Parts: sequence; C-alpha cells; structure tokens
Amino acid sequence: MKKAIANKEIDVNEEGYLLDFSQWNKEVGESLAEENGISMTDKHWEVIAYLQEKHHKEEALSIRGIKKSGVINIKEFYALFPGGPLKKSTLIAGIPKPKSCI
Amino acid sequence: MKNLLILGAGTAGTMMANHLVSKLPKSEWQITIVDQHKTHYYQPGFLFLPFDIYTEDQVKKDGKKYIPKGVNYIQQGIELIRPENNAVDLANGEELQYDILIIATGSNIAPEEVEGMNGPKWQENIFDFYTYDGAVALRNKLREWEGGRLVVHVTEMPIKCPVAPLEFAFLADTYFKKKGMRDKVDITYVTPLGGAFTTPRASKAFDHLLEEKNIKEVTDFNIERVDYENNKIIDYAEVEVPYDLLVTVPTNMGNAVIERSGMGDDLNFVPTHKATLQSKEHENIFAIGDATNVPTSKAGSVAHFEAEILTDNIVRYVKGEALKEEFDGHANCFVETGNGKALLIDFNYEHQPVEGTFPLPGIGPMKLLRESRANHWGKMAFKWVYWNMLLKAVPIPFVSATMNEKGKKLEEVS
Ligand SMILES: Cc1cc2nc3c(=O)[nH]c(=O)nc-3n(C[C@H](O)[C@H](O)[C@H](O)COP(=O)(O)OP(=O)(O)OC[C@H]3O[C@@H](n4cnc5c(N)ncnc54)[C@H](O)[C@@H]3O)c2cc1C
Repeated sequence: MKKAIANKEIDVNEEGYLLDFSQWNKEVGESLAEENGISMTDKHWEVIAYLQEKHHKEEALSIRGIKKSGVINIKEFYALFPGGPLKKSTLIAGIPKPKSCI
Repeated sequence: MKNLLILGAGTAGTMMANHLVSKLPKSEWQITIVDQHKTHYYQPGFLFLPFDIYTEDQVKKDGKKYIPKGVNYIQQGIELIRPENNAVDLANGEELQYDILIIATGSNIAPEEVEGMNGPKWQENIFDFYTYDGAVALRNKLREWEGGRLVVHVTEMPIKCPVAPLEFAFLADTYFKKKGMRDKVDITYVTPLGGAFTTPRASKAFDHLLEEKNIKEVTDFNIERVDYENNKIIDYAEVEVPYDLLVTVPTNMGNAVIERSGMGDDLNFVPTHKATLQSKEHENIFAIGDATNVPTSKAGSVAHFEAEILTDNIVRYVKGEALKEEFDGHANCFVETGNGKALLIDFNYEHQPVEGTFPLPGIGPMKLLRESRANHWGKMAFKWVYWNMLLKAVPIPFVSATMNEKGKKLEEVS
C-alpha cells in the first residue's frame, strides 16, 4: 500500500507501519506523530532513536525492555506516547510493530 | 568415558534421557540427569486441579519411574553452570564434569516482579495456578467462594502455555454454571496483548468465545502494580480493574541458576539457535523446552517436537557432523473451551494457527480452530499420552516434528 507522508510516497502495511525503513526520515516521523496527535520533543526523538537502534540490532522490543533502556521509565513512556506507547512509538520510528511472542 | 549431562528432569529433560539412552554407545557415553524434585509434575493438569476435575494424584508421579535404566539420576539442586570449565556445581557441593550439556531447567513464575502481587494477600484473594501449590490453594478457595468479581489476568509475555489463562476463564464459566452460581460471578479477562491471543486469526476465534460466555475483556493492559489493599490492579496508563478474586499468571522466567551462571537474557532464558537448539554462546551446550529463548510457544508439545530434532543433532555433534537446521517452531495445543469441548491449534515460526484437520489432512478426526467434543477428548487423552508415550519418547503416530502443511488453510505470520 502507498501513502503520502510528508510529501513523499511511502510503502506501508494495512496498519500504517512502514515497510521499508530507508524511506524514513525525521519529517516522515514528525508527520506520523502529528496524525497520532503527538507533537515531538527532544525526549520523544531520544526514545525513537533508541527503538531504531534496538530494531537494527534485531533485539525484541518490550515494555520490560523500556524499563532497562536507561533512556526513559515506563511511566514517562506512557506519558509521551499515550494509548499504546510501543505501538505508537514504533509506528513513528518507521519500524515494525513489535510482535508479542507466542 | 565421556559425559552427557542433562539439567532438569521435567518434560524435556526426561524425554531427552529416553531418546539418547539408545542412541549413544554405552561403552563410550555416560548419561546423567539432575533435578531438585523427586516428583514429576504434569503441569497441564494444574489447569484442571482448581476446578476439581483432576485430583492431586493425577498430576504427580515419582520421577524415577520415567528415567530409563542406564541413566544416572541425581536428585539435587543445581547451583552453578561453569561453561568455561565444562562443569556444573550442585547444591551439595559436588561437581559434575561434562562433554555435552543439555539445559532443560524450564521456567518458573516470578510474582515478585510486580509490586504488591505476592504481598500479604497472596493465596488469600490473589492466586496463581501455574504451580502445584498455587493450583491446590486456588481449588480450596474456589470450593468455598461465594462469588463476586473474578479477574483472570496475564502479567506479561512470554508465558508457558499461552492459552492456559484463556482456558481457565472458559472453565471457570462452566464451573460456576454447574454450581448454579454463574449469576453471582462476574468474569473479566485482562491481557497485555491487543486481543485474546498472540496471533490475529486465533485471537478472533477466542474473542468470539469470550463474548458468547459473557466474559469481559480488557486488552493492552500492562500492569504496574497490584493495590492489594483496595483489591484492584492498575496499569501504566492508570487503568484500574477491581477484583474480589484475582487469578494471575505472573511473569515467567527461566530458573535462577541461569541468571547465577550469567547465561540468560532479561528473563533468564538461554539464547538458543532457533533451528538447531544449540546455545548461541557455547558449542557443546544445547537447550530445550521452556528454558530457551526460541520464538515459539513454551509448551510440552513443543518440547516433544524439539526433542526429536535435538536427539538427531546430538548424534551428529558426537560424530563431528554439521547440525540439522530443522526445528520450525512447531506447536500444537488443545484449548479447553468449557462445556466438554475444546479446540485445537497448530502453528510454527512462519504460520499462524490455522483451520483444517489434525493429524490426518482432510480427515481429522480433530478440527483445528473449531470447538468440538473430539478435541476435548484429545485434550483429556493428552494426560495418558504424556505419561505413557511423550515422556518415554515413544513415537506418536501421524504427528511429525515439523508442521505438516497439508489439509490446512495457511496464513503467514505478519
Ligand atoms: C497450567 C499449565 C498448563 C499447561 N498446559 C499445557 C498443555 O495443555 N499442553 C502442553 O503442551 N503444555 C502445557 N503446559 C506447558 C508444559 O507443562 C511445559 O511447557 C513443559 O513442562 C516444559 O518442559 P521443560 O522440561 O522445559 O520444563 P519443566 O517440565 O518445567 O522441567 C524443568 C525441570 O527442571 C528442574 N530444575 C529447574 N531448575 C533447577 C535447579 N536449579 N536445580 C535442580 N532442578 C532444577 C525443575 O525441578 C523441573 O523438574 C502447561 C503448563 C502450565 C503451567
């Protein structure tokens, strides 16, 4: 599926998650955040960078992992990305929605 | 003489002892297995114990009966694994040397991970059913409970047998109906997942069943703490769910010996190659069952499929051959849905739980993802199969270690 984000044609899945990280940039992230009613601050970007780094190292993302991230605690994480923080932050970060293990 | 050492004589360790005893030449290999308990527990039975469907005696047996002759069985706690010395220290101070090590120490509940969970109300109105003691204590509570708000709760993923808490909710519905008090009990299912189950297709089937049984659902609930004074659970988004009786599945973690030995991930699970079951760190260490971090369900059926593949790989390793990258994450679970029915799910790393028939394509007799009585009898027969075939590593007819894709409507895991 194609979607116009920040004046770019971007490939996304049905839930709106980016399919190709190379199409991501800060403007794309900014625009996705706006769609979700979030205005980005430095702290937001710090979390986004952390998530992207974890993802590139193929490490699984979880709420428990956030606790140990050293970047943010879980309460703040919820405050920055209200209503499903992992789902929203990964969407903005241009990485896949975390799969919960089966 | 060379030594193959198995840590843990639960489902996976016991199966490995039975497989390997006939595969490794006795003149060259001594097999040793260590466990802290004399008793072997049938954990799937812990689901039925609280509802007086099984008795205590049906879920525990003397472990020794299932360890084959020729295998050295030691009853001791395992204190430390020292991979750099190829050695394991036991609680009594004894040291065991190994050439090959198989880690099968399973997973345990860790209620101390959530504030207020195992405080003063633990086993008063907060219970688990993932341990023998927990299941018995809950049974005693349910026998006299007069009703109110029952909350069935999952703390965080992964947990072993991820369908068990759902089954608990379904069976509770039936139990209270039979006791003529369903109208006095309000049942809510609370999960950190976005739906009743981990994969969308199975989730839909379960959401439907919950609704049909008048069980409320709270999803995306990441618990922060239990407020045991006011009887409510609270999540990080400040959502509160009140209870009179809380039945929770606490965080599941690998055994503390893995942490002590510095061999685990955040949850003390051993990083393991998902297709060969060799540990990622040490060539002569393998891991199986709930103790690994492989991304599939933690279940007895999974351990069974893994055991076949790991046996082949141990034999190959001994001969100096390349390991087979064969394990596909195959899992197969009966899901008790109450009223004498069950459904069956079958999936692997690549494919979501699917519809179709099992074990024979197009014939069944069991139906995947559909409720039926045949499935319920399959689940009940599993206890017999477990004690008489699974543990003893007797092959189960028609069921293969890797998933059979015939006769199923497949859908890729997205
Ligand atoms: C309520 C419930 C319902 C379930 N239902 C099903 C089901 O329907 N179908 C299914 O397939 N699976 C089911 N399971 C899951 C299944 O029981 C487990 O996946 C399976 O037992 C895993 O086998 P294992 O050998 O890896 O671990 P375990 O069987 O738990 O064995 C681990 C062993 O290691 C020993 N050990 C660990 N650490 C030490 C130490 N430091 N020192 C000494 N000994 C140690 C323990 O004493 C234990 O005997 C269920 C589980 C529960 C709790």
